[in-house]
Amino acid sequence: MKTILTEKELAITIQRLSHQLLENHLAYDDLAIIGIQPRGIFFSNRIVQQINQQIAPEKITYGKLDITFYRDDVRQGLHTLNQTDIPFSIEKKTVILVDDVLYTGRTVRAAMDALLAFGRPAKVELCILIDRRFSREVPIQADYAGRSIDTIITQKVKVLWKERDGKEEVVLL
Amino acid sequence: MQLSTKHLLGIRDLQASDIQTILDTATQFKEVLQRPIKKVPTLRDVTIVNLFYENSTRTRISFELAEKRLSADTINFTASGSSVSKGESLLDTVNNILSMKVDMVVMRHSASGAPHFLAKHIPAAIINAGDGINEHPTQALLDAFSIREKLGSLEGKKVAIIGDIMHSRVALSNIYLLKKMGAEVMVAGPPTLIPVHITEAFGIPVEYNLRKALEWCDVANVLRIQLERQNQVLFSSLREYSLAYGINRKLLDGLSKEIVIMHPGPINRGVELDSDAADSKQSIILQQVENGVAVRMAVLYLLAGKVSNL
Repeated sequence: MKTILTEKELAITIQRLSHQLLENHLAYDDLAIIGIQPRGIFFSNRIVQQINQQIAPEKITYGKLDITFYRDDVRQGLHTLNQTDIPFSIEKKTVILVDDVLYTGRTVRAAMDALLAFGRPAKVELCILIDRRFSREVPIQADYAGRSIDTIITQKVKVLWKERDGKEEVVLL
Repeated sequence: MQLSTKHLLGIRDLQASDIQTILDTATQFKEVLQRPIKKVPTLRDVTIVNLFYENSTRTRISFELAEKRLSADTINFTASGSSVSKGESLLDTVNNILSMKVDMVVMRHSASGAPHFLAKHIPAAIINAGDGINEHPTQALLDAFSIREKLGSLEGKKVAIIGDIMHSRVALSNIYLLKKMGAEVMVAGPPTLIPVHITEAFGIPVEYNLRKALEWCDVANVLRIQLERQNQVLFSSLREYSLAYGINRKLLDGLSKEIVIMHPGPINRGVELDSDAADSKQSIILQQVENGVAVRMAVLYLLAGKVSNL
């Protein structure tokens, strides 16, 4: 087991990403952040919290998306459903999809597919905490990445969050 | 997240955890139905036949919508206008349809046990959409979903099932389900329409006085008087039934609390339920219909997981 990001590094990375997002989208009225269920939510919650601190008292538009129905392997076994909560129109908005680990890219593909059921966004961007380079199975890349790492298939990246795992770090198993 | 059964033949065969899974899954599908595009590609590779040997509006449309919203391919079969009228047997009909590569069968039949019979003989997953006077599991599931949505949970809630208990598959499925989920159930109606041994069989109280039943319950599930299923005269006239067991505004206003009114449809207005009760704020009849699609999507999704084409 190897630690990729310690709790402190993780906090700094999240802060950097939220600043980057804000820097690129100063007109944040048209911005919507959408976390991908289930694991992307912990990450997106923190990003949104950071951004909201910056732009207080305003609040960024924030939703959660479950992609189960759009997975390409949905019929190879039952998948647990999670809550989708997008109580706003994404029509003509810039949507930032947020997930914790980018690996094969299939989840993001499904997320883009799922997103279109809610309208036609002006632009979709991808914000990722850990980018596992050179392991993509579909042509998808992140616009914002916390840390890029080189891994082999047998390895596993685990992101631990306080509210779920009791501690906060990113490890390579 | 797996059901313990391959088919949905009745609530009787389900475990409480299965029911919980179906209702939780339905919650997610209800959200899908609020989206601008109310369709997901999940069952793109599944073909479903809707086999209706008995008339139906709500259930058939509801199932068909649920299938379409899951992107399944559907075939509709009704007994009239098919080779059934030439004398083809149920098993032959279904086997012929299945040889055209159909994965799931949704069926309604006037004979109790018809889907159970089919389940023994064919490989496809079967969903019972009502068999004779036995069960109507998806109706009970959508009733439970609607109660849960309205009152928060099923546990400890008092549900009175009122009317023609004897001929009602909705009543039987509801009794099984509510008992499994920890709700209290009572049946009420005229003695001729309530099976004699129901208390011994299910351990549920029987009430012959409508007002007392309504005073007791949180939810009144009012059943339809099924004239087509009655060979003998079990009450003297519809008017007399309505006088003794019809629910109207005046009766509801006279109760000490506001109860929820449900009805599986189609309503005989002015018989078991008056318009001023059926169309009031207390009634969740149209929500039941709305929830029916989400619940059936959940059932199809969970059972299709057991159909393997891959």
